[in-house]
Amino acid sequence: MPKVTIDGKTVNVPEGITVLDAAKRLHISIPTLCHHPKLTPFGGCRLCLIEIKGIPRPVTSCTTPVSEGMEVTTTSPNLESLRKTVLELILSDHPNDCMVCERAGDCTLQELAYFYGIRENRFEGERRIYTKRDGNPFIERDMEKCILCGRCVKVCDEVEGVGAIDFAYRGFKSKICPPYEKDLDCEFCGQCIAVCPTGALTGKSWKQKGRQKEVREVDTTCGYCGCGCNLTLHVHGNEVIRVDSKADTINEGWLCVKGRFGYNFISSHDRLKKPLIRITLKTRDASRVTRNEVFREASWDEALDYIAERLKSIRDKHGPDSFAGLSSARATNEENYLFQKFVRAVIGTNNIDHCARY
Amino acid sequence: MAGLATVFGSGAMTNSMPEIVNNDLIFVIGSNTTETHPIIGLKMKKAFRKGAKLIVADPRRINLVRFADLWLQQRPGTDVALLNAIMHVILKESLEDNEFIKNHTEGFEEFRASLAEFTPEVGEKITGVPKEKIIKAAMLYGKAERAGIYYTMGMTQHTHGTDNVFSIANLALMTGNLGKESTGVNPLRGQNNVQGASDMGCAPNVYPGYQKVDMPQAKEKFEKEWGVSLSGKIGLTATEMTDSAISGTLKAMYIMGENPVLSDPDMHHTIKALKNLEFLVVQDIFLTETAELADVVLPAACFAEKDGTFTNTDRRVQRVRKAVNPPGDAREDSWIIAELSKRFGYEMKYNSLEDIMKEIGRLWPAVAGITYSRIEKHGIQWPCPTPEHPGTPYLFKGGFPRGKGRFTAVSYRPSAELPDDEYPFVLSTGRQLFQYHTGTMTRKTSAIEAIASQPYVEIHPEDARRLNIADGQKITVSSRRGSIDLAAKITERPLRGMVFIPFHFKEAAANVLTNTATDPVCKIPELKVCAVKIKAL
Repeated sequence: MPKVTIDGKTVNVPEGITVLDAAKRLHISIPTLCHHPKLTPFGGCRLCLIEIKGIPRPVTSCTTPVSEGMEVTTTSPNLESLRKTVLELILSDHPNDCMVCERAGDCTLQELAYFYGIRENRFEGERRIYTKRDGNPFIERDMEKCILCGRCVKVCDEVEGVGAIDFAYRGFKSKICPPYEKDLDCEFCGQCIAVCPTGALTGKSWKQKGRQKEVREVDTTCGYCGCGCNLTLHVHGNEVIRVDSKADTINEGWLCVKGRFGYNFISSHDRLKKPLIRITLKTRDASRVTRNEVFREASWDEALDYIAERLKSIRDKHGPDSFAGLSSARATNEENYLFQKFVRAVIGTNNIDHCARY
Repeated sequence: MAGLATVFGSGAMTNSMPEIVNNDLIFVIGSNTTETHPIIGLKMKKAFRKGAKLIVADPRRINLVRFADLWLQQRPGTDVALLNAIMHVILKESLEDNEFIKNHTEGFEEFRASLAEFTPEVGEKITGVPKEKIIKAAMLYGKAERAGIYYTMGMTQHTHGTDNVFSIANLALMTGNLGKESTGVNPLRGQNNVQGASDMGCAPNVYPGYQKVDMPQAKEKFEKEWGVSLSGKIGLTATEMTDSAISGTLKAMYIMGENPVLSDPDMHHTIKALKNLEFLVVQDIFLTETAELADVVLPAACFAEKDGTFTNTDRRVQRVRKAVNPPGDAREDSWIIAELSKRFGYEMKYNSLEDIMKEIGRLWPAVAGITYSRIEKHGIQWPCPTPEHPGTPYLFKGGFPRGKGRFTAVSYRPSAELPDDEYPFVLSTGRQLFQYHTGTMTRKTSAIEAIASQPYVEIHPEDARRLNIADGQKITVSSRRGSIDLAAKITERPLRGMVFIPFHFKEAAANVLTNTATDPVCKIPELKVCAVKIKAL
């Protein structure tokens, strides 16, 4: 285990780790935009520059492996001035619209601009203007806000194994886009949104639903497939407005299209809001008439009293085995437990199943 | 699950999700993992990048095939023959784990004899997979140190689904790929809490914790806890409920959060059954196709509107937390059940949801050590019998619950309804990435509908050419039970002579076509194989 000294603190670290990771072990934070702990190092943003004794010029800490006896300085007037210049260059080509950006308050670039106190910009000049809007229904791609950190490209290739996007063109014209600059056509897992350090990639369904203020985060478990991914629901008022996931979960913070974007059924106008009691014969095809012609709304007391009365009368007449319950693979353990208890202990039959077979 | 319970004495994923990345061989059979379990798919891809070999056996060229070292494109319904032929080669090459077989299993000699006829040549003839590939699969799996098998409904939704599972178990047993990290027999459960619903005894033959209703000690235990006398008679499975409703012996049903009209085979049969009931209560979050047939519909809270726990596919009990209030008068299922119960003079009185967990723990020791405070941040995998127990990432470390793992000699049986001159295509149904199950949730999510709102049937280009069908053209797919019209999607994904229809879409419900024939043990319907014909509209 090589011994390195970072900002005067000495530590033994495993062979082969980068200076950035070694610094993390010492709780020394080095600013980065392009680095992501779950992706391969890139060294593109040049913010994580550090000085190493014996090396004449600053190097990027995210791509430099530690070596025995290395002496590192992570902050100095020269480094901070370089970092500030890098940020100014990035911001010189970045729309100044934090006021309306979905990511304001949750944006690494904004945070760094704040810390480095960048208000005026020495490099103001030509801007990349992208008018094209991506027509896909999930991911808003505001490419004027893209800083070309490449995290989205890497996550799509290295984690999702899809490779839907990549760098195109060179120099000032560089951009990240799907092949032939078409609309995004991918699995829409939104991993790219999760790793984007700016407002370039956001969820289309997030738009103007609320940013950080008065937004609560609730950790829960996904309601779709059996993976059991841990979700963090972002709630504004009584509405789930965004979904993401934390890194230290069984799903490592990654989600699929359903987990990340399949939430607005929760606040759908079509949700059932009151108990309904049938008022027509079953021979009528309910799908061909309006809901109001088939059912009328009822109070809980009325509906439950009615159910109890009908079920009791059927049980008394035909015995408990004339009743069956289908429980739900969608409901909680507690609810499933109560449901089978109701069927067994209250009705008195073992006619209980759920959709494990479908 | 019955298959695994017979072999090991326990039916669940033997190993767990985080272990996948350390497999050196992944054998995916009958699971379109990247679409139906996307995050498990990611872990497989991660293992692949770390150097694991990947074998995919699927009649369709699923996305995972792109990463596979070997793709076995078996004819639908021929998995037993495929697996038996692979095992035949493993024995022939002496790649079995004799030490493990001797110490931890029984029935090996009889099983060995049963494999004799399944030469790679016989395997090729039945499955359509070239014998070289069968041999290669055997060599890859047989030589692996940490081989994990992953499967889903592609294995189980057959009239010989239990046999398929027996075959998978045989393969893992003979190579000692059990009771070790990053190995195992891993059924990936398709729904967020299907493991939990099974664990909680929502099955006609078992109480919570897989304790048999016809075993007097179990019955007495539950009678004592619940303070009532219980029926010792095994009840009806979901498929039998439908039949009993048609015959008239079943009079009333209470369906909570399920949509059998779309999910069960032969939709017209299901609708007829539900209409034939004297009384039907449906409790759901939307007016589903099933709720439309109800006498009373009860509005329920969805997952974001309640507290509790889900158990995921690797037996991990995790917290569900309330984020928002339910709309209107909609209430949590637990409240509704307790209120209804009260009206029968049976009080379900709990001070908190966690009290229910505690009651479950008293009745099923495997979860006795799981409390809400322990799973505040991270879930715990059962068995977890005590508050100090860390949970169990993989099963059978010290042996099998039933003592020894049992080999089961399995012979190949064709599917119930095979293609013929009149109905020349095999139909498989399943899911696609964007939609989920019967679409109750996803079809009410506008962004998902914007991209995946159209039903379609996947058909091989050669078949399409022969029938003069263009991509996107509306065609009629018919079986002996009904017919639906939907767009043709010409793709090399399905095998020639096979079509695939996702079952999410009510406007072209795949389950109008499917066969109600079931596995004799599990009563799982044969949704992966039935015979259909195709006509251009």
